[in-house]
Amino acid sequence: MVVESTPGFETQDLLINVGPQHPSTHGVFRMVLEVDGEIVKDLVPHIGYLHRGAEKLCENNDFRQGVGYMDRTEYLASHNAELSYVMAVEALAELEVPERAQWIRMILCELNRLSSHFMFLGAFGVDVGVFGTPFIYAWREREAIIDLFEEISGDRMMYAYFRAGGLAWEVPGNFEERVREVLVSTRQGMKDFDNLLTRNEIFLARTKNVGIISAEDAVELGMSGPTLRASGVSLDIRKAEPYMYYDQIDFDVPVGTNGDVFDRYLVRLKEMEQSVHIIEQCLARLDDGPIMPERMPRMLRLPEDQEIYVRTEAPRGEYGIYLVSKGGNKPWRLKVRSACLSNLQALKKMSVGQYVADAIIILGSIDIVLSEVDR
Amino acid sequence: MRGIVKSLATTMSTFIRGPVTRGYPSKHRELPERDRAFPLLLWDKDIDEPFCTGCHACERACPVECMTVLMKDNPSHESQDGNSKRRKIVDEFWIDYGRCMRCNICVEVCNFEAIAMNNTWSGHETSVYDRSDLVMDLPQLMAQSKSDEIQEWVAD
Repeated sequence: MVVESTPGFETQDLLINVGPQHPSTHGVFRMVLEVDGEIVKDLVPHIGYLHRGAEKLCENNDFRQGVGYMDRTEYLASHNAELSYVMAVEALAELEVPERAQWIRMILCELNRLSSHFMFLGAFGVDVGVFGTPFIYAWREREAIIDLFEEISGDRMMYAYFRAGGLAWEVPGNFEERVREVLVSTRQGMKDFDNLLTRNEIFLARTKNVGIISAEDAVELGMSGPTLRASGVSLDIRKAEPYMYYDQIDFDVPVGTNGDVFDRYLVRLKEMEQSVHIIEQCLARLDDGPIMPERMPRMLRLPEDQEIYVRTEAPRGEYGIYLVSKGGNKPWRLKVRSACLSNLQALKKMSVGQYVADAIIILGSIDIVLSEVDR
Repeated sequence: MRGIVKSLATTMSTFIRGPVTRGYPSKHRELPERDRAFPLLLWDKDIDEPFCTGCHACERACPVECMTVLMKDNPSHESQDGNSKRRKIVDEFWIDYGRCMRCNICVEVCNFEAIAMNNTWSGHETSVYDRSDLVMDLPQLMAQSKSDEIQEWVAD
């Protein structure tokens, strides 16, 4: 809905600064809005407040040490971030990852997708103005998943659990039943959200036809993940370029029609159902076996003059790692392709012509993690 | 209107579910076995000296360089009429808890099982008024590992 200002009335545009420390900017993100009345005329995003030089730090650390830094680039889906990194190293080192390790990785990555999307649902609810209720509901379900991660890896957010070649240590004995337990509460949580928001008239009035982006624009801006699929482009790297064992798993890719804020919410909610479906299939295939390849060297060294780009489907879109090796135990160059940074490019296109209050929910619907944008 | 009624019904239905919150500062939940707080050095009760030989393995493997280790000849080694089998032993050991990123790599590389991640609540609740108080030296690290809580855990 594009709103025109009243004709024949002299007005002056006003600059509003939102952020970098603002509850609705999801981190240290600053945007300068040029508003005419309540309508956004221009939007300039400012990023870089959380830049820590993770890429450069990784060049001074070997492949085991680098995993810890990857956690911190995407702190809401650390398993997915670690996965891209270790997959890039494994591909260059030509390591064969044992089957059990792969299935466990898939389960953990999908669980992480669930916890990350719960985080989105809660924070998005707050943005829309349903203060409190969905946020706390989302936290309740996310807590169950994070407790499980803590039992497995020892930490609640910075897991450092994946290693080039496999996993750092074996999962606890009651892993399968604990995952099943968590899935029960997750299903209940998704049902709660469906009842709470999906058909709520106030929520619909607030989100339908807001912040529309067309499929062509979305592709041109390099968007990926649920934000792209909401515009109707069915691109999921798990389907398009299957890694691990996603080709042996049966799942659908939910796609939106309108490309508005509501579709971006709905696509994520549907994606969570698929994640639960994937985890169930993985649990059925999980078998005993080693979690690290035999004859792993004490210090992993990569061959000389090799480079690779590995991309995986993280909860926010394509999380890619470009790794250049010139021999030795450290990457010569490491580049993180962040989904959030590309998705953020669409913010201006979505927000111009909308109300100021809608600009906030549009930002929320992109679901950015600023540590991934700035790295 | 129907959607809003349904939303309210969902909210109402949570009244019959049990509470999920924990009264944190007064009540602590049980930490899982693998929980990682900060690394600490372990104390060899039988010989009355640390397990650590000061071999620098953890110092070299640390991604954030939060450790500093110094080594010395063990005064209680068998050759000095002592009862220890360790020829070398740790002289000084500093860990900067403010820098540590709790990645568990130091524990993985240790050849003597001398370092471990604290998995008790006292390891998590380490707030101080001055940042320099987070740099732990050897006596402080040892005092931690000599506490009953940690000794029980090591015995397991």
